[in-house]
Order: sequence, then C-alpha cells, then structure tokens
Amino acid sequence: MKRFIGILAILILGLLAAAPRAAAQGIIQTGTGLGVQKVKLAVPNFASRNPQAGPLQGVFHQVLMDDLSYSGIIDMVSPSFYPVNAPSVPGELNAEQWSQAPANAWMVAFGNLTVNGTSLSLAGYLYDVRQTPPLSILEKIYNGDATEAGARQLAHEFADDIISRLSGGLPGIAETKIAFVSNRTGHKEIWEMDYDGANQKQLTHLGSTALTPRWSPDDSRIAFTCFESYRHVVSAQICMYSTLTNRLMAFPRFPGTNSSPAFSPDGNEVAFMSSHGGDPQIYVSDPTGGHLKRLTYSLGVSTSPTWNPKTGNQMIFVSDRGGLPDLFEMNADGSNVQKLPLSAATGVAAQDLPATGYVIDPSWSPNGELIAFSWRRPAGNYDIYIMDLASHQLAELTRDTGQNERPSWAPDGRHIVFESTRSGSLQIWSMLADGSEARQLTSAGRNESPNWSPK
Amino acid sequence: MQSSTVRRLLVLFSAFSFLVFAGACKKKVAPAPPPAPAPAPAPAQPTVTISATSTSLQPGQSTTLNWTSTNATDLDLQPGVGKVAAEGSTNVSPTDTTTYTITATGPGGTATANVAITVAAPAPAPAPAPAPDINALFTQNVQDSYFDFDKSDITPDSRTALQKDAEFLRSYPQVSVTIEGHCDERGSEEYNLGLGQRRADATKQFLVSLGISADRIKTMSWGKEHPFCTEHNEDCWHQNRRGHFVMAQQQ
Repeated sequence: MKRFIGILAILILGLLAAAPRAAAQGIIQTGTGLGVQKVKLAVPNFASRNPQAGPLQGVFHQVLMDDLSYSGIIDMVSPSFYPVNAPSVPGELNAEQWSQAPANAWMVAFGNLTVNGTSLSLAGYLYDVRQTPPLSILEKIYNGDATEAGARQLAHEFADDIISRLSGGLPGIAETKIAFVSNRTGHKEIWEMDYDGANQKQLTHLGSTALTPRWSPDDSRIAFTCFESYRHVVSAQICMYSTLTNRLMAFPRFPGTNSSPAFSPDGNEVAFMSSHGGDPQIYVSDPTGGHLKRLTYSLGVSTSPTWNPKTGNQMIFVSDRGGLPDLFEMNADGSNVQKLPLSAATGVAAQDLPATGYVIDPSWSPNGELIAFSWRRPAGNYDIYIMDLASHQLAELTRDTGQNERPSWAPDGRHIVFESTRSGSLQIWSMLADGSEARQLTSAGRNESPNWSPK
Repeated sequence: MQSSTVRRLLVLFSAFSFLVFAGACKKKVAPAPPPAPAPAPAPAQPTVTISATSTSLQPGQSTTLNWTSTNATDLDLQPGVGKVAAEGSTNVSPTDTTTYTITATGPGGTATANVAITVAAPAPAPAPAPAPDINALFTQNVQDSYFDFDKSDITPDSRTALQKDAEFLRSYPQVSVTIEGHCDERGSEEYNLGLGQRRADATKQFLVSLGISADRIKTMSWGKEHPFCTEHNEDCWHQNRRGHFVMAQQQ
C-alpha cells in the first residue's frame, strides 16, 4: 500500500512538472496573437544560375532553413517528402505536387541565386499552394555580397520577410544581434553575435571587467557596467558604447557602485543602480547621464530595472527590501511600488512557486504582457520562468538542466536568450519562449549576460 | 601617538651612544713622550722586552702587560701608562687596537719594545630603527570583515577584527584604505554588485563609528567578480563574502 502511494505521488508530481510546458504554450500564443496551428512550409533548394552561385546556395539554404524552423511559427515539411523537381521561378511551380500527400505543404518558399562579379542576387518567392491557382505572398529581389557572409545575410533578410508575412506583421529576428559578456580574451569584455551565434565579434577592449550589456532601442548604443577609476578608486561605472562609431561615448562617473543600465523604450532615459546616495538604489538619467533622478528609496539593494517596452511607463526591478531579492513593479517615476504576486501565481505546483529563495533577472516581454525572470529554488538550482502579468499565470521554462539565468526577450516575443551551465560551462543559449528548442550559441571561454537587440 | 614617541626616544638614544664612542676614540690619541737625554760614556746598552697575557681582546676586556729590562734607569710605557719600574706588570683595557711601546733609557742609551693588542671592532652602534614597512604592517594587522549569506550586517567576529583595524588606522594616520565588497558565487551578478557595496559601506560605517575619519575610507564593490576562493562549498563561499581592505597612502 505504501509503495502504491509512493508511485502515485511520483505520477502526480510528473504530471505537475509536465503541466507548465502546456501552460507556457498557451501564454505565448496569447501573447503573439497567433493561430494554434503552425504554417506547414516547404523550402526546396534554390537554383544556382551560374557555377559561382553553387557553393553559396549551400550556405544560403541551410541558414534559411534554420531561420524558418527556429521561428516558432513554422512547421517545416521534411525534405524527404518534397517532389523531385524544385521550382526556381513561379512558372515552374506545380502547386498540387506540394499541397498533396506526402508533402502536405501549405506554402512553398523557392527561387534562384545569381552571382554577378562580387555581388549575389536572390530572387525569392513565397507561394500559398493550397489556393488554385497558387497565391503569391512574397516576390522580391535581394542583393548582397557574393561571399558566405553575404549569403547568410540574404537568407536572414528573406527569412524575416517570410516570417513577417506569416505572423501577421510581427518582425522576424533573423537579422537581430545578441550582445553578451565573454572572458575568452582573459578579461570580461562586451561581445556581439548574430542571433544564431554566427559572426561573434569583440566590441570592447578595456582589459578590465565589463558586465551587463543593454541595447538602446535603435541598436545604436550598448550601455553596460564597466570598472573605471574615479577619484582614485576603481569602481563599477556606467559605460556607453556606440555601435555606429565602435567607440565608447562619454558618461559621467559617480562614487560607489553604478551598474545594470537599461534604456527606456523611447531611448530618452537610462535607468541604473547607483550607490552614490547611500544604499544601492535605482536612478534614471538622460542617455548622456544628465538630469539624474532617484527613483527608489528602500533599505538594502534595488537593481536590475527593466522597462515596460510597450508603454515605457512602468519598471520591474529586483529589491531585497523584504529580505531576499524579489521582483517589484513601479511607475517609471518611482511611484506606486508593488511586489509582484509570484507567491500567489498559478500554473505551477505549489512547491514550484517562487515564494522563497532568490528571484532575480527580470526581463519584460516586447508586448508588455509577460515577465521572464530566474528563480533560485531553495534546493539551490536556478531556472527561468515567465509570468503573465495580467493573469499571474506562471510557466517554468527550464528544469534539471544546469543553472539557467538572465533571460532576455527577442523582439518577436517568441524567443528568449539566456545563460546556462547545462553543457558543463557557462554559455549562451536561446530557446523558444515555451522552453523548447534550446540551442547553444557560444562555446569559446565563459559567456554570460546576453541581451537581445530590440531590432 | 605612543609609538612615534618611542621612535623618537630610540633615535635620541642612538645619537647619544654615538657621541660616547666618539669621545672614547679621541682619548687614545696621546702625544709621544719626549726622549730622555742621552749621556755618559760607555755604559752598557739597556735592553727591554714586553709581552701581554692576551694580545686579542673583545671590547671592554683587559689584558696584562709584562715587561723586564736591564741597564735602564727610566722606563716609560705608552700610551696611557707612563713611568714604570724596571720590571713589572699592569692591566690595560684598550678600547681600540693599540700598540704599547715601552722605552728603556739608561746610561748606555735607549731601547724600545712593542706589543700590539688587537681589540675586535666594537659592535656597530645600533642603526637608527628602520622605518617600519607600512605595507607589511598593514598586511599583518588589518583584517577583513566577513559576512553571512545575503547579509551586510557586521557579525560579532568581524566586530573584533574591525576594532583592531580601527586601532591600526589610529596608529598610522597617514594610511587611508579602500574597502572592496565581495560576494560568493551564488546569486545574481547585478544584485551582488549592490550587496558587495552594502558590505563595504557597512564596514566603513563601523570604522567611522569607532572614530576613523570617513575621508580616509573609500568603498567599492566587485560583486562576485573576484572571488578569493573558487570551490563550490560553504567554506569557500564564506571566504568570498567579505569587506577586503586595500591600503592607499594618503597623498
């Protein structure tokens, strides 16, 4: 009898653990206004119009497939079900071959590539093959460099156009970037990479310690925490990097610790933590550090501000005013501070509620409806959660896969980038916002603190 | 205050001993005696010998000089002794290496004999005490403050350590410090930057409450960026939750 109860308990626990995934799915679809069913898309090889285009087609097609399959809104038809002949122009499209079994595609993306000297030209098409005659959704000529990088770029642009068409106008993220911290030079510096981990590039060369990069809304600047000498003491300061000039811009220094900058969605303000007035609290200034204003007043630490990207009128931040670090919401002028009701959230089992332990790393979703954060359960492991701010429904996105921290939303609201130790060392990963399809983006050195560019 | 007085006394003492030694040295330089007048025909030539029971002395020791002579009417032992009998002995305690010369004068002429007494070089006057290496003293005496998990309160153990730190800072008013706040590896990097600052500031406040001027203490936080210990256990974490003192000489 005892054993039976034990097995029953395990089964129930198992069901409870599985539940969050389903809940997350619901939340994300509500958040992005998508239909329940994903678009079934076939993407045959593109025709090479001349021999030089051949090797580039391989890169182009692989990147395009990756971008589309990782979009979260597309169900890729397995290439083994494709008809033998791939169209290179609309006149060659036999819609029925694609829409019927075994392919059962709703849409087909196809086209051709031509190399002209040093430039690569793509004719890209997207057709709805369920219609008779097939309906043109997208026809466009793209031009880039006849290099591997150029082929990647054209694939990203075409993928973003397809995703935008199929998601009712929401942006694709194939051309976005991720800023992060890497120690691979021996010092923690700010780096950036394409959203899929390609083109990893070192931005800062400070030779000290650079932390917590945050993009400006127009991607022209990255604010971060640096360690600089001020009044004969090296301390944490706010640094500002211009991605246009690839140089640091001026930002005033303050005594004590200054960290965790975050741009307002209109780019006119920067919120950050500063201890120059006593306890480390949240301040806001203009992007050049002027018009400094204190927002929070509490004993202890208030930090990690994240703005409501939709309205710019609220912030969620971390404060230990109640003991351990927890999440609080306030108006952007510092008024109306309220604790987020995580302990009363629904959607996960009671023992999985972040009622105790650390709750940190808030990141507000682009549509303003969800908050992603990391929670250290009393047992010690960190995992990433999202909560619907209106319904207080909670979903756990990671579990039993190393320590997972510092989520940051992609501008499409369908992806989250985060840091995880699941591969054995601290690396940057991305996943769909329901916790599925986690991908490792970095592997050299230790990499952390990712921030997804808003564009 | 107290120890600078001690230092001043030491310097005075050294200077005093130097003067004493310098005086002693001057004394040994004595004028040579005038030679005795030479006289009469054909008397026998005088002879004289001199020896010492010990010819090698430590400073402050003495030795006995023994001499004998013949055909001498006048014996002069220099330096420092003077007229002596035809045969005899005397104790001397030279402060420096000295050659004693005895001159025998008689009707038949003059004879001399020497004995050299070596005195080991005196121990050098104690050099003025070297300025104590303030960096070493700082490292020996100043202790870091340690904290409980997620706390920035000064613990009873740290209280004791910080009282000693305050004593040191009172003794060496030229020293100013930077207190670096550190945290263990657990928890958010961003939150820990703030927590480390709170620890550094709490440590500073405690010292200020003990009368140390706030101007002498700067604070900063490394968060969890520079752990002292990199293992993943409580021993190590405890090591890393601290307010670490770094010395800065006041400009």
